[in-house]
Amino acid sequence: MKKLTWMVALLAGLVAGQASAADTLKIGFVYVGPIGDHGWTYQHDQGRLALEKALGAKVETVYVEKVAEGPDAERAITRLARQGAGLIFTTSFGFMEPTLKAAKKFPKVMFEHATGYKRSKNVATYSARFYEGRYVIGQIAARMSKSGVAGYIASFPIPEVVRGINAFMLGAQSINPDFKLKIVWVSSWFDPGKEADAAKVLIGQGADIITQHTDSTAPLQIADEKGALAFGQASDMKKFAPNTQLTAIVNNWAPYYLARTKAALEGKWGSSDTWDGMATGMVKMAAYENMPGDVAKMAAETEAKIRSGALKPFTGPIYKQDGSVAVGPGKSLDDGTLLGMNWYVKGIDDKLPQ
Amino acid sequence: MAELLAVLLTIIAASTPLLLAATGELVVERSGVLNLGVEGMMVMGAVCGFAAASATGSPAVGVLGAAGAGIVMAGLFGFLTQTLLTNQVATGLALTLFGLGASGLIGEPYTGLPGVKVRPIDIPGVSDVPFLGPLLFGHDILVYISFALVAGVAWVFARTRLGLIIRAVGVNHDSAHALGFNVVAIRYGCILFGGACAGLAGGYLSLVYTPQWIENMSAGRGWIALALVVFATWVPLRVLLGAYLFGAVWIMGLYAQGLGVNIAPQFLAALPYLVTIAALVLISRNRALAKVNTPTCIGQAFVADR
Repeated sequence: MKKLTWMVALLAGLVAGQASAADTLKIGFVYVGPIGDHGWTYQHDQGRLALEKALGAKVETVYVEKVAEGPDAERAITRLARQGAGLIFTTSFGFMEPTLKAAKKFPKVMFEHATGYKRSKNVATYSARFYEGRYVIGQIAARMSKSGVAGYIASFPIPEVVRGINAFMLGAQSINPDFKLKIVWVSSWFDPGKEADAAKVLIGQGADIITQHTDSTAPLQIADEKGALAFGQASDMKKFAPNTQLTAIVNNWAPYYLARTKAALEGKWGSSDTWDGMATGMVKMAAYENMPGDVAKMAAETEAKIRSGALKPFTGPIYKQDGSVAVGPGKSLDDGTLLGMNWYVKGIDDKLPQ
Repeated sequence: MAELLAVLLTIIAASTPLLLAATGELVVERSGVLNLGVEGMMVMGAVCGFAAASATGSPAVGVLGAAGAGIVMAGLFGFLTQTLLTNQVATGLALTLFGLGASGLIGEPYTGLPGVKVRPIDIPGVSDVPFLGPLLFGHDILVYISFALVAGVAWVFARTRLGLIIRAVGVNHDSAHALGFNVVAIRYGCILFGGACAGLAGGYLSLVYTPQWIENMSAGRGWIALALVVFATWVPLRVLLGAYLFGAVWIMGLYAQGLGVNIAPQFLAALPYLVTIAALVLISRNRALAKVNTPTCIGQAFVADR
């Protein structure tokens, strides 16, 4: 009898303990890079910090950085769930399968996976329309370039990157139909040395504007050294080259993280697919600098038009490289085509590696 | 002409860290020690060089700090493998893992800070000569150090008693010991020299190549340097050739892409490895000659029997 009382007391204690833990929502973040990368992961962490600031005692956040894509990721995600995280953001494409597997093991935990396309009952996905920003910087490049040639440092030929190249080129062509683009693939997301090499080669070949779809600040610094102009990537990189950065496409995850966390706190969270752009503030532009006032004005106007929905970067007529029509006048490419984009627009001379 | 110059300068920048690290490792291996920790020593050189330079504002102190960090790492390796006689392969691998982790920790406050750049040497009058001026006299000090090191090492092994002793220790440590040479002390010296070179290579990355500290910024260059030494069959001038071939093929690949030449980028990324290995294997195909240069005691622990 004494033993039973003891057990009841223990159980009661457990229940009470859980109840007090449920008052604050523990939110886990899984990052692919270090939070000090000043690019992709840094911006996700800024979102996490904004969450803490806005919701205060209602939430508690934890993060794991530098998690390798693959089996290791599942371990990291599972550990967060075991530690009592009720909502977990996994912020790299390669975390897709590990997130789904962990979600199966913890059906009551809510999962959010960035840039993926597979969902389940407790896994939502989200990504940003970075290409909207690329259209704006394409226009700036065409206005600011003296040689009419920009250099584009690219990572891997996947739709996300190809879409960015096309959006940049369409923006540039809207100003200068004869604008030229040199594309160099470095087969890496992050290798400062290789990115620097590519920037040097492109500038040596006559490009006076450098843009990148890789994650380090190296190309911007090389541009600064060689007297070219460049754009920041994912984050405002102004302090690395204050006289060179024209603007930067900034990934702003805070509003989304806040909205989803509030939904979770109110019990209204459901699996969904989000692909937001400038309209919701998920994609932002850093200050327009190192350019004449009229160019900055034009860029701000384009940005405003995209934000209001009056301008869609992929609006026809758009021709593919082979001259065939991708979309007719007045119509815009649908999201399905954008997500699977594997062709260059007309005007790009290179052949897309397959 | 200007374009050719730009390409050549880029090739020199891409090849220098490989040459520095490989030259050091060549000396280590010639003495009969296999240190697989080049990547770890390099990345520690990068972070400590950056830290020293940004603390003092002096790029020269940064370069010394980079070499010093490499020496400390190598000293750790030497103590473990030469004094405590641990397995060299395992210890080298551990050194790399340790270096990658520790550099992240040390570098935490330095991520995202603009760095101090080692400026090129400027010789008034000479550096301004078109084409040849910038090509020959317009580099930073580390480029010249890398050439001086490889030439010096080649000379030491070919012409000096010291070179002969190091080679003897590497080929047969028991005989060298019987002749009265202090095998362990000589190996310590070579290991520390290798560490200094790897540290300088790391310093080149964080002070010249891309003047900033980023975690894991060596990005596998230490491993390439290791491979270069073996494929060059421990001959200094072949290491020089290999390092520059690797850099040249990589940069030419980027150059071809910029010109719109239609080659798969995945193939271009693999090409430097293929070309360098093929070229060095072809050059080193004379087996009898290769044998002369092979440190046959490599990787074996030495215990003095009396």
